[in-house]
Amino acid sequence: MDQIDILDELPKFTQLGIGIVAFIVVVGILLLVVDKLPGYDKGRFAALVFLLPAGLLLLIGMIYPAIRTVVLSFFDGKGEKAVGFDNYVWMFSDESIQQVLRNTLLWVILVPLVATATGLIYAILIDKTRTEALAKALVFLPMGISFVGAGIIWKFVYAFNANSDDQIGLLNQLVVWLGGDAQPWLLNGPWNNLFLIIVMIWIQTGFATVVLSASIKAIPGEIVEAARLDGVNAWQMFWRVTVPSIRPALVVVLVTMSIAALKLFDLVRTMTAGNFGTSVVANEMYTQAFRLSQQGRGSAMAVFLFLLVTPIIIYQVRAMRTRREER
Amino acid sequence: MTTLTPMAGKPAAKGGKPESRRTKAKKRLTSRTASVIALIIAILWTTPTFGLLLSSFRPAEDIKTSGWWTFFANPSFTFDNYAEVLLSDSSAGRLGSYFINSLVITIPSVLFPVAFAAFAAYALSWIRFKGRDTLFIGIFALQVVPLQMALVPLLSFFSSNFALEDEGKFIQIWFAHTCFALPFAVFLLHNFMSELPGDVIEAARVDGANHGTIFRKVVLPLITPALASLTIFQFLWVWNDLLVALVFGSGQDTSPMTVRLAELAGSRGEEWQRLTAGAFISIVVPLIVFLSLQRYFVRGLLAGSVKG
Repeated sequence: MDQIDILDELPKFTQLGIGIVAFIVVVGILLLVVDKLPGYDKGRFAALVFLLPAGLLLLIGMIYPAIRTVVLSFFDGKGEKAVGFDNYVWMFSDESIQQVLRNTLLWVILVPLVATATGLIYAILIDKTRTEALAKALVFLPMGISFVGAGIIWKFVYAFNANSDDQIGLLNQLVVWLGGDAQPWLLNGPWNNLFLIIVMIWIQTGFATVVLSASIKAIPGEIVEAARLDGVNAWQMFWRVTVPSIRPALVVVLVTMSIAALKLFDLVRTMTAGNFGTSVVANEMYTQAFRLSQQGRGSAMAVFLFLLVTPIIIYQVRAMRTRREER
Repeated sequence: MTTLTPMAGKPAAKGGKPESRRTKAKKRLTSRTASVIALIIAILWTTPTFGLLLSSFRPAEDIKTSGWWTFFANPSFTFDNYAEVLLSDSSAGRLGSYFINSLVITIPSVLFPVAFAAFAAYALSWIRFKGRDTLFIGIFALQVVPLQMALVPLLSFFSSNFALEDEGKFIQIWFAHTCFALPFAVFLLHNFMSELPGDVIEAARVDGANHGTIFRKVVLPLITPALASLTIFQFLWVWNDLLVALVFGSGQDTSPMTVRLAELAGSRGEEWQRLTAGAFISIVVPLIVFLSLQRYFVRGLLAGSVKG
């Protein structure tokens, strides 16, 4: 048969060798050059050398392409003929894209809210317990799993068999045990979107747990003690002490997750490939630009994603500026 | 796992007023409820992965006809799925070949951005020059720019200028990963570097060291933990990536495991014996890295997110 042949794989290792040698040479030259730099106070030239590789790569790999994408979004599928705002008009009038936009909205709302809430509750519940480290690790584990891997794990949980007696998917088996009928969870809209979103929540909760747990531990003991002396109950403690104290961390977690949900691609690609009414903007962008050769439409969707994160960028830059001035 | 209830039998705080029996009972009840909820979350979060792992060791016929939970009543165990999916012909997956691709993609895609970001972060934190803050904020803002913005033009940049073939396509994958990683990498390392004590740098300067020497002999050794966190981040990101690999790689020559698995999940959605074993192979490498170096990962996560 067509068995795997190690000889066929050799060129790959050669390529890897070339890559590593290139790395050593480039970094070696850089280190040599910075070693020969003039004295400490002549900072300008030194800065140029230190920033050159990263700066060059960012220019070629991000800044120029991003500008080019904006331009392309006003051109046709092959990038040859200018079409004005046609691609954007298409985006907001096409029925199937309307659904894509609605789905993305659902992702951006549900994932941060549910994952953060679950992560926060879990972090509080396991705080200062004997098994805290283990409990945290268990929920954090999905962070190390690829979205593709997570997609397969959950596709297996959702697996459906029309003959309800032998289900291999855990969810359908539970439903059957409870006396219900097995469902093809990933096929029936609009609920299938929720079943995809659950997977993302499953991945992201650990992130919320770890960040918020660190933040909870940083709450000064005196505040908690003072509140306890005032006789607050657990509920009041949560809303009046814990939540206000960890507000900055909460904002960071929510923002990070919103961005992740907005750009989400892999899960949808692996689990449904965007069929059955589950596509999201990032998946549709890929389909248009690289599967259907509609560069203009794909670019317009990328620009749309960018516009959606712009407020976050502005907010972040402002926060960063104030923080730097405080120093 | 059942020992999640250490708070339950704990005596009332020393020195505080003695608690009445009722509040004690109430406390015990709430902490027990809390433990149960925590336990439920923990079980919900681990069962899906466990089910996949267990299934990957069951014979193909069993996986297709019965749920993995029946394993406990009727255990049967095999490594066939792994042998098949790793080594056999291409229709069964031949993940071995894609596993090598993942390695070849990941190693340079981690080395380059970590090194370049270290250089850039040094300049942004310890060299005084005009426009430094603006430059830093610019790079910081790039973090949030969706990489979708760069895909189409960057791909045509490569295909029209270099026309890389076969294994050569690794170069464009490395390049793309390196560029996309830089904003976060620079930001993270800058966070660590700028918090180094100024007098250490100052002492080296008084000794006549230039920036190159300070970077190599003073700063790099001090930020090794930060380099470790960044390396783990980048490793996980590249190994687990699907989008960049789909756009810049192609076929069995350069596509990593994620691409192959996504294909298998789509076209052969019912071949669970291959999918479960395949998914586990792709999961296990990052999981080992992740679990053994979790400390660094968490540290990086906190530095990169809470401060940012």
